[in-house]
Amino acid sequence: MALETTDIQNRIIEKFADRVSDFRMEYDILTFEAAPEIAKEVIRYMKEDEVLRFNFLTDLCGVHYPDNDKEFQFAVVYLLHNWIDNVRVRIKSYIDADKVEIATVSDIFASANWMERETYDFYGIVFTGHPNMKRILNDNHMVVFPMRKEYPMEDSGRSDKDDRFFGRTTNNYQPK
Amino acid sequence: MSDQFIDKEHRFAKIVSEQTFEDGRELSVLNFGPTHPSTHGVFQNILLMDGERILDADTTIGYIHRAFEKIAENRTFYQITPLTDRLNYCSSPINNMCWWMTVEKALGVEVPKRAQYMRVIVMELARITDHLICNGILGVDLGAYSPFLYVMKYRELAYEIYEEICGARMTTNMGRIGGFERDWSEAAWRKLDEFLEGFPKAWNELETAYLRNRIFMDRTIGVGAISAEKAMNYGFTGPNLRATGIDYDIRIAQPYSSYDDFDFNIPVGSGGDTYDRFCVRCGEVKESIKIIRQARENLPQGSYHADVPDYYLPPKEKVYTSMEELINHFKIVMGEIPVPVAEVYHSVEAANGELGMYLITDGSRTPFRLHFRRPCFVYYQAFPELIKGGMFSDAVATLSSINVIAGELDA
Amino acid sequence: MSKTSNIRIAPAPEGYSGQGFFATKFDYLIGLARANSLWPLPFATSCCGIEFMATMASTYDMGRFGAERNSFSPRQADMLMVMGTIAKKMVPVLRHVYEQMAEPKWVIAVGACASSGGIFDTYSVLQGIDKVIPVDVYVPGCPPRPEQILEGVMQLQEIVKSESIHRRGSERYEELLKSYKFE
Repeated sequence: MALETTDIQNRIIEKFADRVSDFRMEYDILTFEAAPEIAKEVIRYMKEDEVLRFNFLTDLCGVHYPDNDKEFQFAVVYLLHNWIDNVRVRIKSYIDADKVEIATVSDIFASANWMERETYDFYGIVFTGHPNMKRILNDNHMVVFPMRKEYPMEDSGRSDKDDRFFGRTTNNYQPK
Repeated sequence: MSDQFIDKEHRFAKIVSEQTFEDGRELSVLNFGPTHPSTHGVFQNILLMDGERILDADTTIGYIHRAFEKIAENRTFYQITPLTDRLNYCSSPINNMCWWMTVEKALGVEVPKRAQYMRVIVMELARITDHLICNGILGVDLGAYSPFLYVMKYRELAYEIYEEICGARMTTNMGRIGGFERDWSEAAWRKLDEFLEGFPKAWNELETAYLRNRIFMDRTIGVGAISAEKAMNYGFTGPNLRATGIDYDIRIAQPYSSYDDFDFNIPVGSGGDTYDRFCVRCGEVKESIKIIRQARENLPQGSYHADVPDYYLPPKEKVYTSMEELINHFKIVMGEIPVPVAEVYHSVEAANGELGMYLITDGSRTPFRLHFRRPCFVYYQAFPELIKGGMFSDAVATLSSINVIAGELDA
Repeated sequence: MSKTSNIRIAPAPEGYSGQGFFATKFDYLIGLARANSLWPLPFATSCCGIEFMATMASTYDMGRFGAERNSFSPRQADMLMVMGTIAKKMVPVLRHVYEQMAEPKWVIAVGACASSGGIFDTYSVLQGIDKVIPVDVYVPGCPPRPEQILEGVMQLQEIVKSESIHRRGSERYEELLKSYKFE
């Protein structure tokens, strides 16, 4: 018997009531939002529940929404996959820009370890309880979180291109 | 601990200074990479060694971090394909096709059957070239250079096919939204036939050179093994997962681009070791040949691209002769196309596993956010787990058998 | 050498020859020897490295130019071939490798990334390796075809042939290294 999306939705709402919201189909994937305090519990529940059985964490990444209200400026997106019934679910958890923290899931899924470090490296989202919370791709000496929208893509130190022709000023590496 | 590329306060340094043995031997710390010739890419592994045996390992990555995701936020859809080429550069067409399928999902474009079959052919060809490098290099690392040279001839032929299709050998930048930029030429089909004719023989010879070779078996069986549960927990996908015995393949689980039309098997291993990974890849190459043959024989008639003038670049003759088409061309290139606000995830079975693209659009010219789910990045974190307790020379074989591509790893 | 063979001997340098003797400049002779036995050190980081693999393999065979022996130790190499993107995290490693090579040493920047940063004009990528080490030959392309890489090697051979044996000891060369902060 295949796992229907309505079953998933009902089961999760039954357990977490109003802390989960906004269930919708984004193209082919059921998406919902979970408060950051309970995101970890939701994932643990979805993995260990005998009906839901979401046994695989496919993806974890961060998103920055600079135009949102302050409480919802960052999001961590989890993509879980149930291999037995072949269903995917996306969980979005919005985080406050003043307190960019969420609990780690690396003790539930070992694969989350590096994905969380990457998210920290790009967005500065701190995963509390992570065994090794430091930068992974960029140099340790880097001070900014480059994927946040306020930081420019280009390197500030280049001299071979005339900045005037590329719509850049020389001091564009400073955050606004 | 004299190496300047190992942190002075690294946790291994403490272990080395504290651990003493009765027979007077000492532990040591070895820096493996980032420019070691057998890492085939730039990854640093700091190993805690007891003689030849690896007790613990610590991996550092990011040596070719190129900020793909940041660039993607500043580029229009047509400008992002060249980026995807450079993710897993051993099998660029798969990445290209995955990107087009993601965009098509977001825009709601239906691709004609013929174009889907052509995509299948080129993706399977890319899978073959990727596995060919991986298995060939595994042999090279174990001391057998000639079989690799032997199959390289056919990689060149595969590159010639790409060249006929899109004009580039390796970083292909192939396709358009809705299909291909042009129908494949006679020469492309002829070369494909030539490939199908000659390659299976060459591949069989590579396989026989290794498969029952005593040295090869001794060096790979039981080496770098991982259990199915652990592999799943670590996010393994692709051949490395299937070597542990789990038959998860997105081509079957969530068929895309008409994969459900074809008859093929999913080879699985049982031990999850280097030898099984080798065998799974060998099996997959043969299945890929089978798929290409089927697609070649049953290639449907029809157009090689979808009829979507809003997204598909107009033909060059018209761009040069008619004003409307010129404007249309300009608009598409500059990204002035109708884009819905959408949140899409699409994944394909790339040569190394599940390659996913998570695209968020806000209706503007560029993606609001584009995240690549790179299979290498996810499973490479299990590497210390794989090599712990083994010999150093086995770590080399394990590394080349899990086929970590630096470009994909570091994005 | 029989006439049917397509193996050719490198042409002799300019000089005076007569009955039983041949006189030429020491520079030319050393240059001839160096140019035809360059030992490459492949510093392959990304895509261009895969094309280099094709260059070394059977179809293109760089060994024909005397560069048969890939030296993976910088201490026994003449020609550093930097292939692929050099991220800022990689810069100290690259400089370290260059420093360890014995004189005389030459550098080829293969591909757009090594030459100028290529399409990766981003915060994490070094915009051309000539910012940190001196470069002799640039090979354009993203990635260059194997033929182009071979052309780059042949160009370097021309440079090596005509290099004075005193160059490496000259003040100008020292200044060059100093400008890159090599002692």
